[in-house]
Amino acid sequence: MSHHIVEVKHLQHIYADGTVALQDVSFTIHHGESVAIIGANGAGKSTLLLHLNGYLTAHSGEIRIGDFPLTRKTLPEIRRTVGMVFQDADDQLFMPTVFDDVAFGPFNLGLPVEEVKQRVRDVLEQVGAAHLKFKPPYHLSGGEKKRVAIATVLSMSPDILVMDEPTSGLDPFARRQLMGLLRDFQHTKIFTSHDLDMVVELCPRTIVLHQGTVKADGATLEIFNDDALLAECRLEKPLSMQGCPVCGKGV
Amino acid sequence: MHMADALLSPAVGGTMWGVAAGTIAYSSMKVKKELDDSKVPLMGVLGAFIFAAQMINFTIPATGSSGHLGGGLLLAILLGPYAAFLTIASVLVVQSLFFADGGILALGCNIFNLGFFPAFIAYPFIYRKIAGSRPGRTRLSIAAMIAAVVGLQMGAFSVVLETVSSGISSLPFSTFVVLMQPIHLAIGIVEGLVTATVVSFVAAARPEILRAASESVTLGSLSLRKVLLSFLAASLLIGGIVSWFASENPDGLEWAIAKVTGSEEVTGTDEGVHTMLASLQEKIAFLPDYSFKKDVATASEGEAKVGAVKEDTTGRLGTSVAGGVGALLSLALAFVIGIALRRRQQFA
Amino acid sequence: MRSIDGAVLDLKRLDLLATGDSVIHRLDARAKVLTTLVFIVTVVSFNRYEFTALFPFFIYPVVTASLGNLPGGYIVRKIIMVIPFAFVVGMLNPIFDRELFVRIGPLAITGGWISCASIILRTVLTVGAAFIMVGVTGFLSVCQALERLGTPRTFTVQLLFLYRYIFVLTEEGARASRARELRSCGRKGLGLASFGPLIGHLLIRTWLRAERIHMAMLARGFIGEFHSHQVSGFGWRELFYVAGWSAVFVVLRMENGAQWMGRLVTGVLS
Repeated sequence: MSHHIVEVKHLQHIYADGTVALQDVSFTIHHGESVAIIGANGAGKSTLLLHLNGYLTAHSGEIRIGDFPLTRKTLPEIRRTVGMVFQDADDQLFMPTVFDDVAFGPFNLGLPVEEVKQRVRDVLEQVGAAHLKFKPPYHLSGGEKKRVAIATVLSMSPDILVMDEPTSGLDPFARRQLMGLLRDFQHTKIFTSHDLDMVVELCPRTIVLHQGTVKADGATLEIFNDDALLAECRLEKPLSMQGCPVCGKGV
Repeated sequence: MHMADALLSPAVGGTMWGVAAGTIAYSSMKVKKELDDSKVPLMGVLGAFIFAAQMINFTIPATGSSGHLGGGLLLAILLGPYAAFLTIASVLVVQSLFFADGGILALGCNIFNLGFFPAFIAYPFIYRKIAGSRPGRTRLSIAAMIAAVVGLQMGAFSVVLETVSSGISSLPFSTFVVLMQPIHLAIGIVEGLVTATVVSFVAAARPEILRAASESVTLGSLSLRKVLLSFLAASLLIGGIVSWFASENPDGLEWAIAKVTGSEEVTGTDEGVHTMLASLQEKIAFLPDYSFKKDVATASEGEAKVGAVKEDTTGRLGTSVAGGVGALLSLALAFVIGIALRRRQQFA
Repeated sequence: MRSIDGAVLDLKRLDLLATGDSVIHRLDARAKVLTTLVFIVTVVSFNRYEFTALFPFFIYPVVTASLGNLPGGYIVRKIIMVIPFAFVVGMLNPIFDRELFVRIGPLAITGGWISCASIILRTVLTVGAAFIMVGVTGFLSVCQALERLGTPRTFTVQLLFLYRYIFVLTEEGARASRARELRSCGRKGLGLASFGPLIGHLLIRTWLRAERIHMAMLARGFIGEFHSHQVSGFGWRELFYVAGWSAVFVVLRMENGAQWMGRLVTGVLS
């Protein structure tokens, strides 16, 4: 039994058209950590995430999830361990009803029908979407879609939760609700986001990607206080850490 | 050129259902065999794409009117014949259920007319043959144009055959053909033009999409002989069933044929198109106030037949009055029952 | 031409009706699909000059819609939208079929007019029955019924995927077309020169979306098979429903119900 670490060593990825998306990325994430991966557009965040569950294969370097190195053979097990929530919930919710969508993963794991039903009930309860069970996804609001998308992943009982831009496109209330939900999860969590205020609230640790390399890796508050680093990586201090624009007083 | 339920006889509709169902089953098997599970979502969203694209109208060059994409050929180019056929069929199913384009019984005809020809004839034997593996812009446009025209001509001709053998429309075969084919020549040219524009755009912006598409297409098992043979078998089957029904039921094919020849006789006795056109307006009037040729013709043949005709029309009159009253009554009754049921539901 | 947004709203409305709860909604979808098929086949099996005998068939759509609590006005409006097309189709009959069919006093009606009216009536009945079936069943259940009636899984999965993404893609298409309209400064038509790239862009975005969906499927352990669990609901109630209606249709097909009722009334009156 491991401590469910994610270990990335010298990862490099070059796309078919020659673009170098990841140059040399290494980091280790420990069990129960909540880590944000931030960076400008095109820094390589999405490419990195797609490696974590083996959708893209590295040109060189190694990824280990838990006890296993990521290879063709370990792929099914790793995809169960790493639950990935996509940025656009419409891509994730492809089944005709919420129930079918949440049950999709467990059925693929080969679980018996009763067990699947129980799991669907439990995770929908957990994300506060039990009342949506028989609705088709196109009748859901943005916030509801996001919560159901998370449920579809939770139903596979993953150990690591990977989310691409969890708060994008949500109204302030739905964003707040979602952040409350994410805070309660005991999983190891990896987020990419441009919502830096969410990062400050949810992730004690931050990894900054810049042009396919890790520019910084450390405590979130330290990173956001390093003005030179932020400027170089086309980032900005989160609003909650900036001075008040009206009275000019600092935090 | 969607066929409508109202123009179909059950024999024709049912046979075409059988043909469409068979082709769907065969194509499903083929697609499943390809073992490329990334095609599953791709077919789905491309079907939805065709649906969305058909709602965006463009102006047809050199005319004032507007048209939209049909999409059969485009799907075949992107997905290959089997997956394209299934995708077109699925689009038609949704259209028939939600927008009453065609109808449920006519679904078989529509899937065959709009799906079979572009996917299994126009694409593999015309488009691919002309375009080759990496066509230039002109070559691609020519290939798309010819393929679209041929596909639509075949589809249109198929509509004519299905309608005439159903015998619900009184349109004579020759007139119908003369009406349908030229219209669909124009539609085909526009469809070819649009398909070529979209394909060239994609080829320029994202060449890998088209490359992936043409590589994933396995044409090996699709030989012209095989397609033609199965098409021949299907036509024999259709012909057999339809003519069997027609002989059982005089309102079917024979009736339609008799009708066609009959109307030719009429123009003959009228001495030319001139008189026919002159009296056309009069004839399509709801209440023509002259005695009919049938009466005149039969009158000269003897008293007995005149009597028969008279009896026939007066007999029809009797049944018609009762029928008309009854029709209104039954309609009213249906709605009264409906309202009563609704009330009961609301109180329940 | 209907607007894109209008069409999507319409689709959503019909889809929402199916979430209702009524005696009819609770029936197994297969029973409703089969009954509708029998209905349509019976209606179109009449010869082309049949007009009055079609009227009693209204009993089926009216009763189903009422039991299913479908909004009558909405269904009627949907059917009325289709009538012009039926008229165009039937219009040619009076031109080509000019034989006297019936004479009522000074009125002489040709066969063409009768068959034209018959075509319109057939359209109303068949189209109405189809709309009502979707309204009391829902697309998902119709697909499940089709699958259990023997449709290959590959095709029903395709239908469901298509239906799911119609809502996403029509919205995308509507956005693109609105953006173009707003920048074309009041010129009405969309020329081929801009139509090609517009549709092309939409196509590329669609393609990328398909790739992302595939990713999402793989991430949740998809290995090419769709699993589903369905509880069989075809019991005596369903059997009775199908058999009952079919019997009604057959009787109405053999005996002209309108004629019969008319004779009864005119007989009583005289």
